[in-house]
Amino acid sequence: MSGTPRVAVLSGGMSLERDVSLRSGTRITTALAEQGLEVDRIDVDAGLVPTLERGRYDVAVLALHGAAGEDGTIQSVLELLHLPFSGSDVLASSLAWNKPIAQGLYARAGIAVPERITLSQQAFRELGASAVVDRIAPLLGTPLVVKPVTGGSSLGLSVVTSAAELPGAIVGALSYADAVLVERFVAGTEVAVTVLGDRPLPAVEISPKDGRYDFSARYTAGATEFHAPARLDADVVAACERTAIDAGAAIGARDLWRADMIVDDAGTPWLLEIDTCPGMTETSLAPLAAEAAGMAFPDLCRTLVGLALDRAA
Amino acid sequence: MTAYAPPTPARRSPVRLDTDPYLSRYADRVTGLAASEIRALFSVAERPEIVSFAGGMPDLSVMDLDAVADLTASIIRDQGTVALQYGGGQGRPQMREALVDLMAYAGVPATADELVVTVGGQQALELIAKCFIDPGDVVIAEGPTYVGAVAAMNSHQADVRHVPMDGDGMRMDLLEDTLAQLAREGRRAKYVYTIPNHQNPGGVSLSEARRVRLAELAVEHDLLVIEDDAYGLLGFDGEVATSLRTLIPDRVVYLGTMSKTFSPGVRSGWIAAPTPVREKLVLLREAADLCPSNLTQLMIERWLTTQPWQEQIKRYRALYQHKATLMLDALASEMPAEVDWTRPRGGFFVWLTVPTGIDTSALLAKAIGRRVAYVPGRGFYDDGNGGDQLRLCFSFPPTDRIREGVSRLAELLHDELGLLRSVYGDDAPELAGRRGGGAGA
Repeated sequence: MSGTPRVAVLSGGMSLERDVSLRSGTRITTALAEQGLEVDRIDVDAGLVPTLERGRYDVAVLALHGAAGEDGTIQSVLELLHLPFSGSDVLASSLAWNKPIAQGLYARAGIAVPERITLSQQAFRELGASAVVDRIAPLLGTPLVVKPVTGGSSLGLSVVTSAAELPGAIVGALSYADAVLVERFVAGTEVAVTVLGDRPLPAVEISPKDGRYDFSARYTAGATEFHAPARLDADVVAACERTAIDAGAAIGARDLWRADMIVDDAGTPWLLEIDTCPGMTETSLAPLAAEAAGMAFPDLCRTLVGLALDRAA
Repeated sequence: MTAYAPPTPARRSPVRLDTDPYLSRYADRVTGLAASEIRALFSVAERPEIVSFAGGMPDLSVMDLDAVADLTASIIRDQGTVALQYGGGQGRPQMREALVDLMAYAGVPATADELVVTVGGQQALELIAKCFIDPGDVVIAEGPTYVGAVAAMNSHQADVRHVPMDGDGMRMDLLEDTLAQLAREGRRAKYVYTIPNHQNPGGVSLSEARRVRLAELAVEHDLLVIEDDAYGLLGFDGEVATSLRTLIPDRVVYLGTMSKTFSPGVRSGWIAAPTPVREKLVLLREAADLCPSNLTQLMIERWLTTQPWQEQIKRYRALYQHKATLMLDALASEMPAEVDWTRPRGGFFVWLTVPTGIDTSALLAKAIGRRVAYVPGRGFYDDGNGGDQLRLCFSFPPTDRIREGVSRLAELLHDELGLLRSVYGDDAPELAGRRGGGAGA
């Protein structure tokens, strides 16, 4: 490659997080164009491969959220096209995408993850799993977090305070994935640590004004207060950063990932999940973390392009 | 490009990061406006792979576009300096005269002086809410009701009390209960908002007997009625029902729109109101946007005075009757016995009620995965109801995709019922059939 790199920003697609993805993609595209790069925003559809071939791009920046964008699907297409792309590879993406598998790997790596049960639709339909649902609350305690095993943006997530609410929450979460994760609710401070390259950005503390960091609290500007670095003791912040780095290593994440965790009263960070293609909207955590590190959004985007191109060099 | 090393982040003391630095400046009425998961999902529903029964839009494929092109060109040629100029806040007198003729065709008496031309029916709803509602004021509306009316009432912080419907529209016994309850609270409703013809989203119409009863109750309880007649001319049989405005003209503010019988793109509606109200509405509208577009008013004037618009309305009726029949036939043959729906005789919509335990908001994600979309019921209520209901629009989707879309939705509901039974086991909620053709909650 010589001269200015041609960048394809991939966003949109058919995922349930299409809207968020389009917002991330548009923002990245504008930022990279401001930096003088040749950049196209591409709405991912069945014409993607010919579009990418025609465009003769040097690098792709992924702003895809949800299935096909984050689960390794697009990554494997891009690998076949020999088009360098930002973010994790096929394996790391697919591992992070499946929360039960990823949590198993994090636990094996010695990272604290909340106790959990995974139940698939098949378990209910074919194995009579409804008969064991009433064992979950005694096992894990209440409240419980119920969420689909895949996907982000808190879609399909609910917190139940009694065993009686579990079946309804499970049915709701099964609208978003074929299986659900029922997890012990960890009370504490919600913290997100974004890792860029191999370095953690300042830990961001999340305080939703109405108490829940749900879809609306995530994407309504002003609905959540963020503090960076998190207002925690230095050793606790360091533990959060170590958790983010170790968890990324456990699945082989690269370039940019965000680790979501809750720090309990004892100062232990409990890892909930890693997002290998974190949101890049105006209210998203990764850009806020970069901003807290003194890195403007266009510089963060330029960094992602640089990391992908360097790997191809 | 040289090998890249990300900068080492600077250590700083904690700072609050503002994602909205304007937050402290907003008015109270804005605080409830938030990002919505459902709205985000509709971004996928617009993709062509999906059969969307979501958007309530007319099918403009039967519109005589050549005629519209010719009349628009001639407006610019003959009256260009008028069309492109400011106009009066009440709307052009000629436009209002033409609308009076259209109302007469619908059996609704009016004079041009009583009318205010608005930017679609939505501006009319907003102006009326602004005119009558102080924060906390009570408004009565059908449950479910038009989502845009809920938004307009919400933006003025109304306390909306819903009155359920059945196959004959708003239930007058329950309206009386609501009025009695308000009396006990020492409050009164600022107005009753109703869509009496082919209701959105219910797909039912207020029976003649109930129109008379509503008029009696309005007199008895000193009520003001907002009669939103968006779909009155779209009865499949061509019949028009008795307008509430005919029965109690001094107690009705009537809303009309060109969006269903001509085009939503021209953004034209109107209000017919008693003189004192009309005067206030004109002043409010001047504060909002000065005046309606002269260009689109001229288009509508010419449409209504030089073109066979009655024939166009007949074409729409025939097309929508055909599409509604396709949808109702598909629903009858494919839906699980536990699902109930209304049988519209006009308008754009069918309203479905699914068994308790299925949340239509959560189910939308799965529906989109199966390449079909609808509008979940909750948005049509201000009180959190509607979680087991959904709206299907038959007017817009292409004829050849209606059955396919209904099949996808039916298959999903069959699966979901099976899942519900398997998750709840012996504790499964009541899933018995409850078909009846009503629109109630």
